[in-house]
Order: sequence, then C-alpha cells, then structure tokens
Amino acid sequence: MNADHILGAVAVACALALFGCASADSAADIDRYTAEALKSSFRDQGIAKVDRLVQDPANRACSEADASGKPLDEKTAREIEAANMKTIRWPADGRFVGDWREGEKIAQNGRGLTWTDAAASAKGPANGGNCYNCHQMSKEEISFGTLGPSLYQYGKLRGVSDPAAAASKPIVDYTWGKLWNARAYNACSNMPRVGHSGILDEAQIRDVMGLLLDPQSPVNR
Amino acid sequence: MRKIPLSCLLLLAGSLSLHAAAQKTTAEGIAEYRALLQDGNPAELFEAKGEDLWKQKRGPKGASLEKCDLGKGPGVVKGAFAELPRHFADTGRVQDMESRLLTCMQTLQGFDAAEIAKTPFGSGEQKNLEALVAWISAESKGMALNLPQSHASERRAYEVGKRLFFLRAGPHDFACATCHGADDKRIRLQDLPNLTKSPGAGDGFGAWPAYRVSSGELWGMQRRLNDCFRQQRFPYPGYASDVTIALAVYMGVNGKGVKTTAPAIKR
Repeated sequence: MNADHILGAVAVACALALFGCASADSAADIDRYTAEALKSSFRDQGIAKVDRLVQDPANRACSEADASGKPLDEKTAREIEAANMKTIRWPADGRFVGDWREGEKIAQNGRGLTWTDAAASAKGPANGGNCYNCHQMSKEEISFGTLGPSLYQYGKLRGVSDPAAAASKPIVDYTWGKLWNARAYNACSNMPRVGHSGILDEAQIRDVMGLLLDPQSPVNR
Repeated sequence: MRKIPLSCLLLLAGSLSLHAAAQKTTAEGIAEYRALLQDGNPAELFEAKGEDLWKQKRGPKGASLEKCDLGKGPGVVKGAFAELPRHFADTGRVQDMESRLLTCMQTLQGFDAAEIAKTPFGSGEQKNLEALVAWISAESKGMALNLPQSHASERRAYEVGKRLFFLRAGPHDFACATCHGADDKRIRLQDLPNLTKSPGAGDGFGAWPAYRVSSGELWGMQRRLNDCFRQQRFPYPGYASDVTIALAVYMGVNGKGVKTTAPAIKR
C-alpha cells in the first residue's frame, strides 16, 4: 500500500467519524470540524430551520472573539456597529412611545421562535420580548433575570419626565435604536436584535418604549 | 453623642428584621424548596428499572447489556459515568453515555441504533434509555469528573465543543455562552451555572441525568441539551449527534474534579 492509499484511507475514516482520527489540529481545522459537526447534527424542525445556523459577520466575529477570549479589535467593533446602525428602522410616523400596559405584557412574554412555537402572525400568538428573563424592570415583578442590567427607573434616571419633549429626544432615539438593534451600540452585546431580527414588530417595540420611558409606567414610578 | 431612645432602636431593629425576613422568603424559599426535593428523589425508581434493563436479555439477539463496555472494560459500570464522553477504539468515535448505550444495544442486543436515535424522547426504547442512564450515572454518584483528554480525538472534541459553546446564531443571536458564560447569573429566578469553568461546569454537567419535577420525567444530558437548543431558538439537534457530544466534552472537561450528583432532582 503506498502513501496515497494510506492517506486516502485516513481521509475516509475521518469523514466517517468526525472525532475519530488522531492528528494535531490547527485553528482552521477546528473551524472546519465545527462546521461539519453543525451540518451533520442539526435538522429543520417546525419554524426552526437549519439556515438559522448561518452567521452574519457580527455573530461570526463575536463568536470567534468569545471563544478565543480576546475582545474584538477597535476597528472591527466600530465596523460592526456601523453596519448594524444602518439596519435600524425608525418609526415612519415619528411615534416612538406607545402604551406601557401593552409593553409590560410583551416584556413578561418569553415565547416565540422556538421549534415548538407557531410563526407569529396577526391571527396567532405574537412573539414575546423576553425582557424580564434578563432584566429587572418594574419593582412589582420580583421574578427577573440578571443577564442584563437592571432597567428599573430607566426613564426617570435619565431625566425623562416627558418623552415627547425635545430634551428627551436623544434618550428616546437611543432607546429605540438599542431595542431595534443593540449591536449598533455595542458590537458584541448579548442582547437580541429585537427589531432587526423580527422578534418584535414596530408597534410592539413602541409599547416596550412606553414601558421604559413613560413616567406613568411601573418602571419609572 | 446624641442619645437615641431605646424604643426607637427597638423599632428600628424590628423593621430591619422584618425587611430581612421578607427578603428571605424569595431566595431562601426557593433554596428550601430545592432542599425538600432532594428528600426522596423519584430518580430512584428509574435507577431500579435501569439496573433491571441492564441485566435483562432483550432485543433481536436476546442478550443483556452486561458485556457493554462503557469505557472501563466490558461490564464495568462503576465510575464509567465520571469519565464520559471518551474515545472508543471499536467505533472510532468519542461517545457520551447515551451514544455508547446505542452502540451496545445495537452490537449486543441487535437493536437498530439509528431507529432509537430517531425515536421521540419519552417513548419506546428512549424510555428505557432514561432508566439506563439513571442507573449508570447513579453508580458513579459522588465521584470526581475525570474525562480523559489523552486521545487526539478527545482533544478535538473539546475544541469543537468550545467553538459550539460560543457560537452565536439564530433569531436571538444566542450562544450557550450567552446564559452560561459568567458567574452568578439568572434567567428569571433560575440560577445559571457558569459552564466555562469549575465548579459551575461540573455542577451543571455532573447533575444530568436528572429528574425534572416540572415535567415528572427523567431527562438524560441529550434531552437537557435538546431543550437548551430549543430555547436558544436553534434548529433540532440529532440524538447523540456530534454537536451534543462535543458540548458534553467541553462541559465535562471544564468540570474536572467536581463530584457528580446525577441523577439529581431539578425543579
């Protein structure tokens, strides 16, 4: 048996069993094996299709940075933020702040977009915003997560006494943008891109804005 | 120094202790509930069934699993769980407890492993697997996790598992690391183990298989990971697929030295 045959046999063995052949792996090898593992392991189920595993440049860069333990370089981070900033859709009618009561329901709701959920539709259930899973918001709700910062008194602490006032505009804009696409402000933020990824629609985001910024909302009372 | 009336001090002390008591009810109440659950873990019922299944002659070949090699030689169960996943020369794969059981059920008993892997959780042979993993893990209860990393394929599985752990994707951009990458985090009131290091990785990984009070079921690590991926909004991971095994290696190796508690009891 010549060397080519041996190499061929090893290649076949490797193709059959991903973690089956012994050799030292480079980072590129590991990337390739990871891609193969993803391809062979996942399948479509309900609305959760395998195309969800395709990463955009932001997720690719941040995943690599996280795995290596080395933060993104400044230039890449600013590029990701600029690209994500361009995706933000500002409210066409200029209305930023909706009903905090509806916003509270959306913040409480953690459903939507799993393979056991139906696609969100006008007839069916809407997606939830998952807010309380990670953030403290109102004082009344003690079952809140700590993956994100506390948002209790979010508007009040930022001096928003009237969301419609000109003085509130920078905070109102920032909050809308952050909800729409958090990666526009922090390249590797852990926060879902709520508007950009179609988790909530424009009307829902407006109501969550109400929860965060309306002085009457339990977040600010 | 200004004198403070004793009655005021008493009032102050009273309100402080009231405040402390109110805080206690949330966090400590949950801890108490969990402690109570430890008493009489229904996983024991699954363990008994699992031991029977191990010894019972079953399948097209009418054989037991008593010659199954879980990594420490044919038939050796004690300590096996604390060293899985590991590389197996006969299959040429790194295998976790559940994929290894599939191999044994196929080679020794004549079952169709692919068919069992496709069977929904909680039905058919998957139900028997729950009992088997409960018993096998219980036989290693209290032992320190000690996954081997001597074979190149085991080291590769760790590195691939690490990549997968940090992989952000899906509509929510979630990676495993989003929730399990830092200390002292919660979703709602649920504490999240930091799976990137010890002891969190060992506490988390070494607790599954576990009995889930909320669903009244015994879940193996495969099912635990499956539901993680569901909540992560990822597509569906195959049972005993490479991704699930690589992640198990990543968690288990990170948890080296931590004593296992499986089959634990979870809310």
